[in-house]
Order: sequence, then C-alpha cells, then structure tokens
Amino acid sequence: MKDLIALIVFGIVVAALPLFVSSGFVLNIVIMTLYAALLGQAWNILGGFGGQFSFGHAVFFGTGAYAAAVLQVKFGWNAWAALPAAVALGAAVGAFIGALSFRYGLRGSYFALVTLAFAEVFRILSNTFDFTGAGVGLMIPLTESAGNFQFTSRTGFLYVILGFTLAACLVAWWLKHSRYGAWLQAVRDNEESAAALGVNVFRVKLGATMISGALMSAGGVFYVQYFHYIDPHIAYGPGVSIEALLAPIVGGIGTLFGPLLGAAALHLFGELTRSFMGDAPGISLMVYGLLLVLMVTFLPRGIMGLLSGSPPVRKGGSRA
Amino acid sequence: MGKQNSNRREFLKRSAAVAAATATGLAGFPAIVRGQSGPIKIGVLHPVSGALAYSGGLSRLGAQIAIDEINAAGGIKSLGGAKIRTVLGDAQSKPDVGVSEVEKMNAEGVSAIVGAYASAICLATTQAAAKYNIPHVVDVGVADQIVERGLKNVFRFAPGYRTVSQQAMNYLHIMNTLAGKPAKTVMIIHEESLFGTGTANLLSQQLPGMGYQIVDVVKHANPTRDFNNIVLRMKALNPDIVIPANYYNEYALLVRTMKQQNVQPKAIFSVLGGGASSFKFVKEFPDVANGIIDCNHWYNPKDKRALALRRKVEAMKGQFYTYEVFLNYQAVHLLADGIERAKSRDRAAIIEALSNSTWDKHFMPYGPTKFVNGQNQGAQPLMMQVLKGDIKVVLPNTYAQAEPVFPWKA
Amino acid sequence: MLELSILFPSVLNGLTTGAVYALIALGLTLIYGVLHIINFAHGALLMIALYGVYFLHQSLGLDPYASLPVMVPAMFALGYGLQRFVIGRASHGKDENILLVTLGLAIVMENLALYLWRSDTRTIETAYTFTTVGILGAMISIPKLAAFAGALAVCAVLLLLLAKTDLGRAIRAIAKERHGAKLVGIDVEHVFAMSFGIGLACLGAAACFLLPAYYVNPQVGNGFVLIAFTIVVLGGMGSFAGALAGGFIIGVVESVGGLWLGESLGQIGIFLIFIAVLLFRPQGLFGART
Repeated sequence: MKDLIALIVFGIVVAALPLFVSSGFVLNIVIMTLYAALLGQAWNILGGFGGQFSFGHAVFFGTGAYAAAVLQVKFGWNAWAALPAAVALGAAVGAFIGALSFRYGLRGSYFALVTLAFAEVFRILSNTFDFTGAGVGLMIPLTESAGNFQFTSRTGFLYVILGFTLAACLVAWWLKHSRYGAWLQAVRDNEESAAALGVNVFRVKLGATMISGALMSAGGVFYVQYFHYIDPHIAYGPGVSIEALLAPIVGGIGTLFGPLLGAAALHLFGELTRSFMGDAPGISLMVYGLLLVLMVTFLPRGIMGLLSGSPPVRKGGSRA
Repeated sequence: MGKQNSNRREFLKRSAAVAAATATGLAGFPAIVRGQSGPIKIGVLHPVSGALAYSGGLSRLGAQIAIDEINAAGGIKSLGGAKIRTVLGDAQSKPDVGVSEVEKMNAEGVSAIVGAYASAICLATTQAAAKYNIPHVVDVGVADQIVERGLKNVFRFAPGYRTVSQQAMNYLHIMNTLAGKPAKTVMIIHEESLFGTGTANLLSQQLPGMGYQIVDVVKHANPTRDFNNIVLRMKALNPDIVIPANYYNEYALLVRTMKQQNVQPKAIFSVLGGGASSFKFVKEFPDVANGIIDCNHWYNPKDKRALALRRKVEAMKGQFYTYEVFLNYQAVHLLADGIERAKSRDRAAIIEALSNSTWDKHFMPYGPTKFVNGQNQGAQPLMMQVLKGDIKVVLPNTYAQAEPVFPWKA
Repeated sequence: MLELSILFPSVLNGLTTGAVYALIALGLTLIYGVLHIINFAHGALLMIALYGVYFLHQSLGLDPYASLPVMVPAMFALGYGLQRFVIGRASHGKDENILLVTLGLAIVMENLALYLWRSDTRTIETAYTFTTVGILGAMISIPKLAAFAGALAVCAVLLLLLAKTDLGRAIRAIAKERHGAKLVGIDVEHVFAMSFGIGLACLGAAACFLLPAYYVNPQVGNGFVLIAFTIVVLGGMGSFAGALAGGFIIGVVESVGGLWLGESLGQIGIFLIFIAVLLFRPQGLFGART
C-alpha cells in the first residue's frame, strides 16, 4: 500500500505543478520526462516484470503514432476518438508479435532480436505505402484546442501525459500485487518451474506483451499530438526502442518507480549536459554516454538499487 | 587558452540563465526576463550532433560568421549599436530535442531564432516558437508545410522543394530544348525521407506532361551501403537523364559506382543536392565531377559579397562553402535587417518588421524579399554544372556564367 | 525481360557486398558466441577502425590493404582493454548492464569522433577505386573482390585459431560450459578479453577492406549494426562458417530483393528472413547447438 500512496502523492504533486510553475522550459522538461517514463514503464512491464527484453519497442510506439495520424489525416477522426483505437492496435500488434515469438519459444536475446526485426519491417512498410504517407511522413493539421487533443498551453499536455504515465504505473503496481503479476514474475524467474506450478506461461507472457504494447502506443499517440509530425524513422527507428529501455534499466529494472526515476535522471543528465558542456558538437552527448557507463559500473541495480540500500551485487558474477 | 576561458564564462552564464529561468518559473512569475538594454540574444538552432551533424555544423558556421560580421560592423545601429549575442542550440537531429532547445532559448530571452535545417525539426521548432511569438527564420527546411500552417512567426528566405522541383523541370526542359531535345527518358533516384520522396513525387507527376518518359523511380534508404544494383538497373534501362535527389554520402557513392560500371547518361541532373553545388565533391572527386548538373540553392555568382564570404569560409581549415553556410549567413542578415527596422528587441515588433521586409542587400538570386504567409516569394534555385573542375551557374541566363554543356560526353 | 539480363551481375554484386557484411559479422558472432553479449558498440567500433585506416592513409600514405598489419593488432588491443577494464567491470554479470555499457560506449565513441574529427564524410581515393574486373559480363570493382577474398581468409584464420590453438580450445570450452572451464583452471576473464579483442581485430580487417569503396563519418557504423546482427542470427550465433554464409546470403537477398522490390522495400527481405530464422530455426541455418 505504501507504494500506491507514494504514487498518488507523486501524481498530486505533479498535477499541482502548473499552479506554481509557469515556465514553459520547466513544464516541457516535466512533460518529456513523464513521456519517457511512460515509454519506460511500458517496456518495464514486459522487460522488467516479465523478463522479456525487447529491442524493438518502437514497433508499438510507431503503430500508435501512425494509427492516430492516419485516422485523423486520412479518415477525419477526432484525435480523442483515435486514441483508444490506436491503443487497441498497439495491443493487437503486441498479441501478434507475442503469439508468434512465444509460440516458437523465443527467449532472451532471440526475443530481443525478433522485436528489433519487427520494428524494422514496420519501418520499411510505413516507408513504402502512401497510406502512411510513405517517406514524406504524416502531418497533423495544426488546430489547437483541447477538443482536438492539441492544447494551447503546456499545462493541458502535462495533465494528459501525467494521466497516461500514472495509468502505466498503476498497471505496474497491480502487477506487483496481483496474482497475474505473481505469475508473470514467476515466469521471468524460471519458466519451467512456473509451468510446473500450473502457470500458463504462454498466456501470461502474451498478456504482458499486449499491455506493454498498448501503453507504448499511447506514448506514440502523445508524440504525434505534441509534435504534429511522424515519419518512418521517428516512429519505428531504433531511437524510441532505446529510449524505452534506458529509463527502466537506469532507474531499476522490474521496479515500480524505476522508470520514473530513470526518466528523471536521464532527462536531467540530458538537459544539464546540453546546457553546460559547451557548444562543441558531440561533447554533451559524449558526457551523457560516459555517465551511462559510469552509472552501470557503480550502480549495477539502477537508482532503485541505491535507494533500497541493499548491498551491491557481488563482483565476479557469472558473466562479469 | 582564450577558448577555454570563453567556454568557462559561457558555462557560468548559462548556469545563471537556466537557474534564473527555473527560479522565475517556480516563483510563478512569467518568464519575461529579457532586459531592454544590453545585447540582443538570437537563438541559433541546428542539429550539430546525430545523423544530420554535417549539415547542422555548416549551418551553424554560416550563422556565426554573419553574427560576428554584424557585431564587428557596430551591431544594430537603431538600437544604439547593441551587439547580437548568440545562444547556440543543438537539436541532436531529433524534433523533440529541437523543441526543448526552443524552450530553453525562450527562457534565456532570445528575440528571435534562426534554424533548424531539417524539415522535420523545423516543423516542431517553428510551432514551439509560435507559442511564445518568437520570430523564427527558417534557414533551409524545404518542406512547404512549414510555411503553410498559418504560423505568423515563421519566415523562410529560401525556396521550398515545390519551387525547386518546378524550377528544376523548367531548367531541364530549357536545356534539352536548346540542345535539340536529345533527351527523352528519365530515371529518378531518391532518398526515402521527406525531401527526396516529395521531390521525386513532383517530378514523376509532371515530367511526363513535358514530354519525358520516366523509365524508373528508385527509392533508397539512408544510408545505402551499395549502389551497384541501382546502377545495374540504370545500365539496363539506359536513361538519357539520371535525376538523383539524395544526400551527399549516397550521391557520392552513386556517382562513383556509375563511374565504376561505366554508365554515362547524357546528364546527371540532381535536385536539391548533388555534386555540382558542393565544392567538397568537386575537390574530392575531380574525375567523376565534370559535367554533372545540380538544381539547388545557390548564390548570385556575380555578387562580390558572395565571393568574399566564399574566400572567408575557404580560408578556414577543412571548411567548404556550401548552401548550408550561405543560407544561414543570409538568414541572420535578413533577421538583423528586421531588428534594425523594428528598432526594438521586442518579438512582435521584429515579426512585424520581417513580414514587411523588402530587404535586397543579400547576394542570393531572389530580388528584394517579399513574404507571403512566411515564404519569400522571389526565392528560387539556380542550375549549376561542373565545367573544367569548377562549379558554374548555367541557368537562368541572368545569373549564368557559362552555357550548359549538354548532352555531356566524357 | 529486363531483370534476367542483370540477375547474374546482381547476384555477383550481392556476394561481394555480403563478404564485407560477413567480415563485420564474424567479430560480432565470436563475441556473442563466447561472451553471450549483444555488442551494441560494434558499429561504433567499426567506425573507429575506419578512421584508423583513413588517417593511416592520409598521414603516412599507407594503402588501406597495407594497413592490415597495423589495424588488426591495434583493434585487438582496444578490444582486449575494453572488455577487461570497462565492459567486464561494469557488467556485473547482468544482461541489461552489458546492454547499457555497450550502448553508452557507442554514444561516447560516436560523439568523440564528432568532436575530434567533425562530421565530415571522408573518402580516400586509390589507384584501384574505379578499376573493375569483368566476370562473365559483370563488372566487379577491385575493392569488392579484395573484400571477398579477405572475408574468406579471415574466416579461415578464425577457424584455424579456434581448432588448433590452446586459446581456441579455451574459447570453445568457455563458450560451451563457462563454470566448468573456470573449474579446470581457465582464466575466464582473460579469455573473454581475448575473444573480444579477436572480435574487434576482425573489425580492423573489415575496415581495411571497406574503406576503399566506402566512406567514413561518425555515424557510418550505424548502417552496419542491424545487418550484422541479422547475419549472426542467420548463421547461428557463434558460428564463423555460418556468419560467412549468412553474409553471402544476406548480400544476395538484399541485392536481388532490391532489384525486384525497389532498393528501399527490398530491405524487407532481409528482416523477414531474420524473423523466419529466429522463429523456425533459432540455432541458425548452420548452428549446431539447439
């Protein structure tokens, strides 16, 4: 219960932020951090709780983004109406990829690579067909109003992304405390013994992939509404896949608050290095990369590992 | 070293600025911290890291040269010689980072922004700037949607891809007609993103109406690791004219492969890219460069200021005088003229001044500026050909330095 | 039909292009096979190697092929050091940490290159850049033929190394049974670092064969990472002969797919094969272990 209260407090604090902060600069950072946390939590649900590492979460993100864009641009849907459709499509893609991969028993790096390949296939397809605007991409017409999911101020977007991110965190919280979540973690820890205990491994993993895909595609919808433009590289390129797995790994994989902490830390890193590392191209990203390496070296269990205060992982593990 | 010192000073200045922006924001005050005296801050925003780093770096160079010149010449005279202070931003080749940089520039109190090279980034940054009514001069950003969204703060000095494609077809047709119409078939090879695809679509829709047969349209990825296949197709189809619309690396690989495979069309006619608008290409690939033609952004070759800037850039180690450099150079000067006439560092006043701009002290073949919905109406590309190891403007006649050599015989 | 007349040259071109891919994938598959890590820094390391070849050519006038004796040991040393002192230490035996470390290293290297050498695309001009050899009507450039031979040679050397040397036996032992190897007194850390070093030495060779026909800039490696992964999977993770064959197959699929589907959509064939192999034959076409 303590973690649920913490989550609610977090939500209230962020929701109250616009009362005290009017700087678009700060609000934009908060929005982008929450957005990264949403992508991270989506990944974490499958990768952290389910133990199925994906290198291609862009496949869900891009599907959500394109669904929202196509429904608006080609079919004249309202953006709010497109949102549930996009999320459902994200879950459907999750079901498809999950069913295929788990039916054939893909695990570990094999699963990671198959997701990567699917993202590439989707990227090439979206790059080819006029339906998705092909290489030109799709642009959402600029009609700023809350009814259009295009807010004139940052505050509106802040509340939407806060809602999405809290929803993702609630799902993660539920996974921590529900029977389904216990099954999922049992599958992660040892598939064979989970199966021996009567857990339907296939269905449990499939469910996690669908939830993860749905949340990820909500992130895609948000991206389209916030930036008004999507193209195959943004939607399905490796950038988003990496962004999604960075936050939970940095924050603490398989934990409720890991993605939030990781996203906050990474954005702070990113903003600080961009602001303070001088203007020579490359320097800021180099420092960012260096921080990543140092962090793994000294905080092997992410920020949550530091906070929970348990002893560091023994050196010379099986793979060190 | 001086450079180090200035870096440290910049560091402190920035820490202060970001802290101030955050603090004022937190205290609930509107983030209007821009003073009414001191230097005028201008945001220079480009993708100087990531996939677009090459073009972004050159863009930044052009903008910086212009700002240094303006400051050296006494700053903005109508504001008592106020100097321009550059606020640099790196979009890291991503639209979302571009938006973050606009936010930061706004917090630092910039009066205007120049940038952001790539169309996808420009779409995002112009809109973010519109939220704060920051005048945004688009340096390159060839997608026409950038200036078609009714954003009052957006000004594009250079032509978009529609104008460039249209002119390219006109020039091609003139050249072909002058030579007695030896060319009938065309093969288009374009990169897969917005600019290449958009350009190729326009060309393949309209060229048939002008009497050309499109034998093939090939789309390729960025990067494409090998062009032998495309060139093999080319060999089999034997088009009279090959039209590439792609970035430097792929263009260079394509043309080198054509040379290897001994494929020699009557013309290699590149749109919005290519080697005949790149001194780097001409220098590095002298054997393949001769005869190639581009329709691209280019300066008036008879204008002394353009040549002076070229000498200045080429005096820098390893730098080339590219369209990124001179378009940004001109974008900054256009903006400075606007500030001069606005007699104010106020954003709305600068927007007003820019939208009434009739600036003609530039060296582009555009005539006096006239903005309609943010697009400079006189903006147009030129057609260049590499002749005897040098880039020469060959069309239109007003700016031509030489006659086009067509069909080209190696 | 148009396509038939160019089918043979296209296949031949695919084989030679695939040879370059195979060279890059050979290092990756060794690293995967032994350390079981997916090296995201592989592309960035290829970039570093390409810069090495470039600067040897620019400053010492060394022909790219003559750079082999310099680049191979240099990359080996870099790899040994990286694994021993950075990746090994940071990984703490966790997959996600290795992922993050190699990703972080890739970001560092790419941006270090951007800072030091700027983003300019650099190429070298050699006497043989534009020389081609006619093979039954197909024109194949000298650099591609050299790469083809190079890939075969590197693969042969690797197979010999693995089969005939003590190090090779240790590597095989660790690849199969890590804990057992440790028990019989093999210095696992050392062998890991040696494997990583050898993997990068392959990249050093790949760079020497690639540069004459290609270019280098800070992002150049990214274009080869996915394709190298695909080849490793196709050939079976850890299999050299598989990587070689996988390279050839992918090269030909890319080439012929591009011919029929267009260069952009043609790439899809590679990934569909990739997915199919993962699903139906995860040990790879040539992998022995299941």
